Amino acid sequence: MSSMSDVAVGAAFTAAESAALRGDFAILSRTVRGGKPLVYLDSGATSQKPRQMLEAERAFYEQHNAAVHRGAHQLAEEATDAYEGARATVARFIGAQTQEVVFTKNATEALNLVAYSFSNAGATGAMDGVDPALAAKFALGQGDEIVITEMEHHSNLVPWQELARRTGATLRWIGVTDDGRLNLGDLDTVITDRTKVVAFTHVSNVLGTINPVDVIVERARAVGALTVLDACQSVPHLAVDVVDLGVDFVAFSGHKMFGPLGIGVLWGRYDLLKAMPPFLTGGSMIEVVRMEATTYADPPQRFEAGVPMAAQAVGLAAACDYLTDLGMARVTAQEQVLTQALLAGLAQRPWVRVVGPLDGNDRSGAVSFVVDGIHPHDVGQILDDAGVAVRVGHHCAWPLHRRMGLTATTRASFAAYNTFAEVDALLTALDRVPVVFGTVI
Amino acid sequence: MDLYQEIILEHSKRPLHAGLREPFNAQVHHVNPTCGDEVTLRVQLSGQGRSAVIADVSYDALGCSISTAATSVLADEVIGHSVKEALSSFAAMRKMLTSKGADPGDEDEIGDGVAFAGVSKYPARVKCALLGWMAFTDALTQAGVDIAEISASRTSPSGSPSTVLNNTTAINPTQVEPRRTHD
Repeated sequence: MSSMSDVAVGAAFTAAESAALRGDFAILSRTVRGGKPLVYLDSGATSQKPRQMLEAERAFYEQHNAAVHRGAHQLAEEATDAYEGARATVARFIGAQTQEVVFTKNATEALNLVAYSFSNAGATGAMDGVDPALAAKFALGQGDEIVITEMEHHSNLVPWQELARRTGATLRWIGVTDDGRLNLGDLDTVITDRTKVVAFTHVSNVLGTINPVDVIVERARAVGALTVLDACQSVPHLAVDVVDLGVDFVAFSGHKMFGPLGIGVLWGRYDLLKAMPPFLTGGSMIEVVRMEATTYADPPQRFEAGVPMAAQAVGLAAACDYLTDLGMARVTAQEQVLTQALLAGLAQRPWVRVVGPLDGNDRSGAVSFVVDGIHPHDVGQILDDAGVAVRVGHHCAWPLHRRMGLTATTRASFAAYNTFAEVDALLTALDRVPVVFGTVI
Repeated sequence: MDLYQEIILEHSKRPLHAGLREPFNAQVHHVNPTCGDEVTLRVQLSGQGRSAVIADVSYDALGCSISTAATSVLADEVIGHSVKEALSSFAAMRKMLTSKGADPGDEDEIGDGVAFAGVSKYPARVKCALLGWMAFTDALTQAGVDIAEISASRTSPSGSPSTVLNNTTAINPTQVEPRRTHD
């Protein structure tokens, strides 16, 4: 189910459809660096925003703005309805129950929320009243193990390192092969009876690799470990159904999927969310507050302390609707043909080496590469001079780069609005790189 | 684009004074967390205090053309010069790099460093050009050069020739650090 070949592929966009779609993103028609048309190939870092999403946010502020879940005036009711309606839309988009969707400020906070549940569960009384079998899943200490992978973004790596440090548990990881896939041969030796949680990425933000979620979940379930999926690079690009995936938690960000900055999503199985102690505390997340102690609201409110980001939630729901209208199968297909075109173009340049799967199987539209003898910052600078925006650096996956024997890479990443002409623009600009630096005569 | 001047490309391909050498008074290791670039840099001084002469700067750098070339130029500019002169060069270099294109640089102060004037138009790259310099000033401190004392001397009523050292008050990473590009 996690494999591209199992995803309904649909058809890439026609030229007319593509032009219409690009018309929704005003920024795509601007110029950069002295009048050059912007070629935006950095959607893996953050996507651009369609007019429909911006209008939804604006309409919230202009017509319904009030503090959600507070007050009894009409605007407060409308704002609350808008916020909770947005939750329902986002839930539908990922095949979830509405009450299982928690809004966070970003995916990083969502992952930290889960990681802190384990250490917070160790506090006196934190799990009182919770089914002992469920409470035991969150009990973490010496002798227990946390499993991640070597291809994680720092946001799904550092929180688990820190959790290990706080609890005395041991951090272990699944390695990466030379061709940029998880070393599943390690699976049974890394995930064992000592494993309490397995946190891994659905799609690598560097390699583009789509990981076999079902295989990892099967092993984790066999040993009774919880599973946490970083879906930041999958939800914007592939049809994702959280129930089909079989994991326990899924985290993703809004801004990479045409939504606004400042909002992320944690999805979790409701029985688990219900058992979990809060992460951030304060207003909104309470049931009864006395000077001596406080009881907590049920999920999702338990995890949404403070006045929530209602406008961003409304914007994110509009982004989900936008993607639904495009059709996720067609979004996937469009990015897939562009990825194939880019991989084919790079393959014709012997001075370029792609880091990650070279074929299109189980691969998403993040394509990282190195140019012989030239630092990625210099590659990115030459591309930028031609108006081509890519990401350079370690893409917040430093251990992965170290594993691949690299300091940094250049990454092009696609979204639904990209075109073949933009792939050509990238390749043309790339051909200037060895000329400028004199590495090819 | 005016970023990749021939001088920069030349220094980046054949960096001067590269490699780690003995003897040395101090060695530091600096990293650019944005891109993972690293430099290990050693300083050897002869003499004491402000008038000490920089006998050697040796380094092992892993980085882009801008950071490699900047470290090469730095080594070439400061070796054989006094600490005072080196800090003056640093101040002039930093002033140019953070000028957003307004300051073309003074060749008398920074030599080949003027080739980096174009870098100041690209805020994300200023850190690359300063990586070696930050390591160098840190190494001076580690080697016992009291930069705070030197910079404080500008308020000295003695009229000592400290004007070129005034700018050393800016040896504060928070002031010279350009915007970063994390994710």
